[in-house]
Amino acid sequence: MNFSLTEEQAMIQKVVRDFAEKELAPIAAELDEKGEFPHAITAKMGEMGLFGLPFSEEYGGSGAGYLAYAIAVEEISRACASTGITYAAHCSIGTGPIYLFGTEEQKKKWVVPCAQGKMFAAFGLTEPNAGSDAGGTQTTAVLDGDEWVLNGSKCFITNVGVGKVAVITALTDKSKGTRGISSFIVPTDTPGFTVGTKYHKLGLLASDTREIILENVRIPKENILGKPGEGFKQFLVALDGGRISIGALSVGIAQACLDASLKYAKEREQFGQPISKFQAIQFKLADMAMKTELARMMVHKAAWLKDQGKPFSKEAAYAKLYASEICMQNASEAIQIHGGYGYMKEYPVERYFRDAKLMEIGEGTSEVQRLVIARLLGC
Amino acid sequence: MIVCIKQVPDTTDVKIDPEKGTLIREGVPSIVNPFDKNAVEAALKIREEKGGKVTVITMGPPQAVDALRECLAMGADDAILLSDRAFASSDTWATSYTLAMGIKKVGNPDIIFCGKQAIDGDTAQVGPGIAEHLGLPQVTYVQKIKEVKEDGMIVERSIEGGYEVVSVGMPVMIAVDKSINEPRFPTMMGTMKAHKKEIPTWGLAELGADEDKLGMNGSPTRVKRIFAPERKGQGEMIQGDDESEVCALLIEKLRDKKVV
Repeated sequence: MNFSLTEEQAMIQKVVRDFAEKELAPIAAELDEKGEFPHAITAKMGEMGLFGLPFSEEYGGSGAGYLAYAIAVEEISRACASTGITYAAHCSIGTGPIYLFGTEEQKKKWVVPCAQGKMFAAFGLTEPNAGSDAGGTQTTAVLDGDEWVLNGSKCFITNVGVGKVAVITALTDKSKGTRGISSFIVPTDTPGFTVGTKYHKLGLLASDTREIILENVRIPKENILGKPGEGFKQFLVALDGGRISIGALSVGIAQACLDASLKYAKEREQFGQPISKFQAIQFKLADMAMKTELARMMVHKAAWLKDQGKPFSKEAAYAKLYASEICMQNASEAIQIHGGYGYMKEYPVERYFRDAKLMEIGEGTSEVQRLVIARLLGC
Repeated sequence: MIVCIKQVPDTTDVKIDPEKGTLIREGVPSIVNPFDKNAVEAALKIREEKGGKVTVITMGPPQAVDALRECLAMGADDAILLSDRAFASSDTWATSYTLAMGIKKVGNPDIIFCGKQAIDGDTAQVGPGIAEHLGLPQVTYVQKIKEVKEDGMIVERSIEGGYEVVSVGMPVMIAVDKSINEPRFPTMMGTMKAHKKEIPTWGLAELGADEDKLGMNGSPTRVKRIFAPERKGQGEMIQGDDESEVCALLIEKLRDKKVV
């Protein structure tokens, strides 16, 4: 048993925290206010090699591993959750499936530039009628000579407006149910691939989320990921990794809630003393700190298992479920501690609260996580 | 190029042990002296334009290796740690002698970069000391490197109310101000490589230095006492229900003090 980070992981944490505090935290409120995608920040993240953390050197990454990546996601999200989701979605579910299931050629062509931060990747799984029931995909792909022809639509897709490539799931054989789903690598500039306007969201306003319309989108035959019918199995694996990153993102927001609340509680005086001297507030802070640390440990364990090449599906679901729920709880308590001021945009906790809610929904709702865990328990 | 760096405690609110008169370092994380990061950046920029090699060097305890690794992660080619019990309790004169000996052993650099001062001691003496020990010209408080030529460079040196343009031959010791550049963040690849890199430690034996010039023996400075100055006064917030009440309170206080 060893709970310490390696020297490399500790240094990556220090570097990313330093970057996030200096470059990202000061502008996070403004990005949220304007709903502006932080191109300058993501360009810097690309130069620093942050997008390559979970990928091997062979494919443009640094081979630092998934735990190092989870640490980076936490630190980025602690400063700006919008940038956190952009980062996490690009690496885990945008680039992830190509890295996991792509051919050598596909990986060289797409994973390398994605890992180097030269392009963004999106993952098109969710559809208007296929949310938690992701196997209910209605988008179709039909082989026509040397090309696949895709038709259908996708919704709530992160990074597709800024991305150059998307992994799209589609039915290739309706008669086989979930075994008839395949995934495809689709360049976003392919004719017939239309991206909608930005959604009007509750939170994560500086991230890019749009719908995709696919109208006779023709892509080369070799753009299929793996074999026909493997799509369902593939996205379950990709989502396992994605859950670790949403867990890390949640821990980042939860930590930010604690940081802001502790600072405020020490400064705010009522009844002649700082409110941090009152047990009612102390108990809230103690619970917030404890939950954050417990969630972090679960995220780290799931990431560590993945790095060790061991099964981690259940742990990833634990991490995502617990971290996202305590993230929402911390955000709620953070506002409570701030009182009326917490409800105002002048304080960051208002943004944390709006950003936190997506954690319980994206990449599998809390209910789906419980379903995943129950299945893995043998129910 | 050689860049001299120092590991310092990460706080501007350094606490002093009143009994021992020394800095309390426990529980304070260490960082690379911020001005030294500007020095590393300046060297890396020249390397990118003109080629060459950047070696970082520090004198300090074994854990100072972390500061060196951070500079390697920024992109420095090599790092050297000067560490020995014999170096302990060095003042700026002995420190600059030890660093000068280290620099001599590395080779003959064209430029020695230093930060203008360290944020813990704030002496700004080590850079100039190195230049003196090595018999080299020096330019301190450099805010801009205008030109790097084969045998010299033209730099801007910050002075009160303006700056001087200095043309200087090489080899030279340049101490940089923070206005010179914005230090880059280390890359992830650089971080991974920095940890695999071997960092040699040179002590008294490796340097072949004169023991009498090192550590406590080589330090003519005697620190009589270190103390935190007592706080002389404190600001006061005047609170009231509205502006006129606050103003009235203020006038009252000023009258009490016989200011008005």
